[in-house]
Amino acid sequence: MTRHGRPAPMFRDWTNTIATIVLGALLAYVAYSFVQWGVVHAIWRLPDGASSIMCRDVRGEGACWAVVVERARFMLVGGYPIDEQWRPYAVCLLFVALYAASLVRTLWTRWLLAFWIAVPVVAVVLLRGRWLGLTDVPSEFWGGLPLTFLLSTAGFTMALPFAVLLALGRRSTLPAIRALSVGYIEVVRGVPLITFLFMAAVMFPLFAPQGVNVDKLLRAQIAFIMVTAAYLAEVIRGGLQAVPRGQYEAAASLGLSFWSAMMLVVLPQAFRVSIPPLVNTFIALFKDTSLVIVIGLFDLLGAAKAVIVDPKWVGFGVEVYLFAAAVYFAFSYAVSRFSLRLERELQRAAGTA
Amino acid sequence: MIPYAHGTAPPMRTTPRRVSWTDPRVRAIAWQLAVVAALIAVIATVALQTAINLRARGIASGFDFLTRPAGFEIARGLLPFSSRDSYTRALLVGLLNTVRVSLLGIAIATSLGLLIGVARLSGIWIVSTVARVYVEVTRNTPLLLQLLFWYTVTQALPAPSDALNPLPGVYLCFRGLFLPAPIWHDGFPWIDLEQPTLVGFGFQGGTSVSPEFAALLVGLSTYTAAFIGETVRAGILAVGRGQAEAAAALGLSRLHALRFVVLPQALRVIVPPTTSQYLNLFKNSSLAVAIGFPDLMSITNTTLNQTGQAIEAIALAMIVYLGISLSLSAGMNLYNRATLRRGGTA
Repeated sequence: MTRHGRPAPMFRDWTNTIATIVLGALLAYVAYSFVQWGVVHAIWRLPDGASSIMCRDVRGEGACWAVVVERARFMLVGGYPIDEQWRPYAVCLLFVALYAASLVRTLWTRWLLAFWIAVPVVAVVLLRGRWLGLTDVPSEFWGGLPLTFLLSTAGFTMALPFAVLLALGRRSTLPAIRALSVGYIEVVRGVPLITFLFMAAVMFPLFAPQGVNVDKLLRAQIAFIMVTAAYLAEVIRGGLQAVPRGQYEAAASLGLSFWSAMMLVVLPQAFRVSIPPLVNTFIALFKDTSLVIVIGLFDLLGAAKAVIVDPKWVGFGVEVYLFAAAVYFAFSYAVSRFSLRLERELQRAAGTA
Repeated sequence: MIPYAHGTAPPMRTTPRRVSWTDPRVRAIAWQLAVVAALIAVIATVALQTAINLRARGIASGFDFLTRPAGFEIARGLLPFSSRDSYTRALLVGLLNTVRVSLLGIAIATSLGLLIGVARLSGIWIVSTVARVYVEVTRNTPLLLQLLFWYTVTQALPAPSDALNPLPGVYLCFRGLFLPAPIWHDGFPWIDLEQPTLVGFGFQGGTSVSPEFAALLVGLSTYTAAFIGETVRAGILAVGRGQAEAAAALGLSRLHALRFVVLPQALRVIVPPTTSQYLNLFKNSSLAVAIGFPDLMSITNTTLNQTGQAIEAIALAMIVYLGISLSLSAGMNLYNRATLRRGGTA
């Protein structure tokens, strides 16, 4: 406790020694049991067409990774037609490339922003296929990882402009605009995300004119945009508050209009400060897209849950969820590490400037 | 976008107080009127369209359904409930379940979070590493996945006939945890323990914790504890190192230094972000719907599926969640102000 921030010696005094030994032994036991279960006694493959009885025989002693091996395709791309499965895989690659490019600071240009808009559009076009002359695959068949990527990326990009307007509105001197912005932000942040998803699932169809049938995926996407906008607005408001008053005044004294001052002077600075919390909001959104399960869409988690409804694989939820968790973890952890490093770099840059 | 650049120079002001577009006050009012009018137009259009759609589907709007019998059963809760009771009572049972799991979850998450936060800064390498791994794994996977995982774990427990029996009268199986419960008598010794007994495919008597409730409580509190742990850690780090050193110089043990010197000061930094974690836990309890625990959201969902009154049911749920969120944050603001006062103005 007293030496935070510095690597501590492993054995400082007797309590430390005892704690290290006891906890170490406990951990070693847990690790040993896990290896016994997950590797030594585990079943990795079943013979073709075999039932899962082999797995059931070792239940409790060994993991049945065969369920993951056999159903990995379904979990990653959902119920997408098998002949066309290169399309969801290509979409996954596109998104991963987009995220990887976003982690490189030298690539932070207007082009990157354009790609954040373009990649979700390309993904939708490619998955649907109708406009490219490929087999038409309606969105009911989309699933797995592409859905997770699409919902989070498009949700984030499309929420951003609304979030900027809401954040500016909340700081506006016009009472009606301020009241509306505050009201929207607080209401959305005060209720669970799930209420918005239910709203999208059962209420939006009541709002639409008759004969217009808005796709369920699109409705879920709208719900995510509405909610994310409110959370992002608070992040951007924090950034706006960090911009010194002198900057506003300098812009005004140059004769810039309100919008020019915002676009050219204030917002670029506000965004720079907000990048780490924006990244964290993206991670939160990435994880929260799993909630589409409750309205019957099959994203990565939804597909995983669907696997263990299959009578063949009932009862192997632990294996399936560990696999899904590993996929989510890989993405979130990589991005959160990046965000942390970025925060330090920006702090250092601000300190030396 | 703003009508600054209309090309022409602003008209010369001939008379004082003419209504002019260059007058910022006029522009302010015009902008607000425009936004409010646009909003009203959108809402009116949607409302009109909804009314047409509802009539076409033969759905009568209004809250009459609340008094009708619900017609579904709810597993054991705080209030007795049968399918003949009204939807209002069903929703009330759901609300009580939400509140119960949230309060318990907040209590557990706070204690565990405090422990994790202190452990993260421990000088003992293995302790800080375990805490770190816990925080990273928990924060970087979706809560819903964790809830489904815990629920799956409860379902992997033995059947009631082979229930685990760690203590006399305590049974653990995939139907839940069954415990002895005190019952009151007229005669001496007035109180007696009722043991759960195996009847058919389940246990009767005593008290019990359902697997859904257990999974939700464990999932919510372990998830939130990781976030609270990080705020605790940040709070402790925010207290200058000199404070801990001064406490050590005064001869305080490390535990006493933490308890009487560091934590009271750290609390000022910890309380605001922890408030939002409490709010998150409360809102996240609505994920109960995915594992079948009858919380407010699940009952709302059942209600709207049975009655078709989607707008009313969701509006009601939103108002209740919003009301509790706002009161919770108001309460925590009061506590925050008290902490600041107690800590003096630093």
